[in-house]
Amino acid sequence: MANKKIKKNVLLIFSKDIMYNPVIYKLAADFRIVFNVLEAKIYPKQEGRLILQLEGTEEQLDEGIKYLKDQKVKVEILAEKIKRDNESCVHCGACLAVCRSDALQYDNETKMIVFHSEHCIACGLCEMVCPVKAVKTASIDMEI
Amino acid sequence: MKDVHVKKSIEEINKKIKQGKAVVVTAEEMVDIVKENGVKGAFKKVDVVTTATFGVMCSSGAFINFGHTKPKIKAYKVWLNDVEAYAGIAAVDCYIGAAQVQEEDPLNKVHPGRFKYGGGHVIEDLIAGRQVKLKAKGYGTDCYPLREYEAVITIHDLRDAFLYNPRNAYQNYNCAVNLSNKTIYTYMGVLRPNLGNATYSTSGQLSPLLNDPYYWTIGVGTKIFLGGAVGVVTWRGTQHDPDVLRGENGIVKEGGGTLAVTGDMKEMSPRYIRGASILGYGCSLMVGLGIPIPIINEEMAYFTGQSDADIYCPVVDYGIDYPNAINRTLGEVSYQELRSGKIKIMGKEIPTAPLSSYYMAREIAQKLKDWIVKNKFTLGIPQIPLPTVEFKGIKYDN
Ligand code: SF4
Ligand code: SF4
Repeated sequence: MANKKIKKNVLLIFSKDIMYNPVIYKLAADFRIVFNVLEAKIYPKQEGRLILQLEGTEEQLDEGIKYLKDQKVKVEILAEKIKRDNESCVHCGACLAVCRSDALQYDNETKMIVFHSEHCIACGLCEMVCPVKAVKTASIDMEI
Repeated sequence: MKDVHVKKSIEEINKKIKQGKAVVVTAEEMVDIVKENGVKGAFKKVDVVTTATFGVMCSSGAFINFGHTKPKIKAYKVWLNDVEAYAGIAAVDCYIGAAQVQEEDPLNKVHPGRFKYGGGHVIEDLIAGRQVKLKAKGYGTDCYPLREYEAVITIHDLRDAFLYNPRNAYQNYNCAVNLSNKTIYTYMGVLRPNLGNATYSTSGQLSPLLNDPYYWTIGVGTKIFLGGAVGVVTWRGTQHDPDVLRGENGIVKEGGGTLAVTGDMKEMSPRYIRGASILGYGCSLMVGLGIPIPIINEEMAYFTGQSDADIYCPVVDYGIDYPNAINRTLGEVSYQELRSGKIKIMGKEIPTAPLSSYYMAREIAQKLKDWIVKNKFTLGIPQIPLPTVEFKGIKYDN
């Protein structure tokens, strides 16, 4: 159980005083976390934002994330940012048309639009298009 | 309709329903029944096939009579939750259109607009029994002196509330793509540039008019499931056009027929009628609609047995062609391909997304089936047929 690998998408926000510190490589070197860069935005001399997919055991991820926080990186777990109200969702598929990750998928058996929050990058597009407002986003401060 | 041979009448089927002997299946189940028993066998076996669709249907709205006020008002302007309803009908009658947007909405000033609240939402709120603010303006007459009226009401305070949709249940519809180089926000959803994705919007093999392609059994007076209640087909819908491209199986390969439908909102459920906000486009209404199809002859067994693999729709570019009224299709695709999640257009493989809910359509077809099996619903006998085209015959083996 403890060795089971899981995936977690995280948003890392580097404020300008730490943005040029070499911390990311430590995830692999010290914590043996495999990471994938899903999105990166650098605002020179202001802020850096990275969306990473982390893969490792629960313990490795917890320790890696703790390390990042100790280095003053702001860490947001993206799976927790987007919530779908399953009572309200009518499984129309409008959200599927905009999702760029694998978080939303059409199940051709049940005909439901399935939401896999662990793949979500919290872009918020599904919230914008949902015709019945079944998707709620917890606010991530997107402004800098 | 001279080419239609009725081998089993609706009256006979209704008798069976009342005796609890009718065999009722959904259009989805019928596909397998025809595969296993052949057309002839399926005709003998099945009496009614239930069909359904659930999705955004523009050209929907409601007639509302809010009852006479004291003193009386001849309302010439009416708003429900600040959404204007058309009041030029009578003193306290109005029509609220699903696409009407709330006053002060920024529309598309910041593109794409969100269109948070409109006529469709008012209709949902009323059906859900929620409170709605009614505002009316009169100009004062000797018989209707009141000039202004405001009240918070629920559907129970209204004298009448009838859903009255001039065009629903489009027989078939386009699959939408975008050939332009920017993202577009359409009534067919968000379409990414350069053939980035495709959307489609009918329930295919479950969809009412795809199962009765020549409108032999669906006509004015056909009883239907509308928004959770019993409704009726009141006329052909606007833009009804039987004279479109058809496959060898008789099924239309483009828009085709439409229906005008009516039902009592006081009996409806907010599970099957939902207000809709379509990003960058406007407000609308999601309608859940189901129609029972009597299997009056072998041909009807054949049609209802057709599956998503046998039903095609045209692929249309909404980036350049559609807005400029250029009539061109980029090819045709089957609903089976669309439902697989990927289609190939102009040599490119692109992801697909539905816009109408097959999941809900399935639920409605099942519910309608239960109603009939439990003798809570009998079939309406069409009084006036919908305009159709000549039937040239179909081929089937057994
Ligand atoms: S767009 Fe909204 S209602 Fe439609 S499937 Fe997605 S979450 Fe559900
Ligand atoms: S926020 Fe919505 S659209 Fe964006 S990745 Fe997550 S599920 Fe997909």
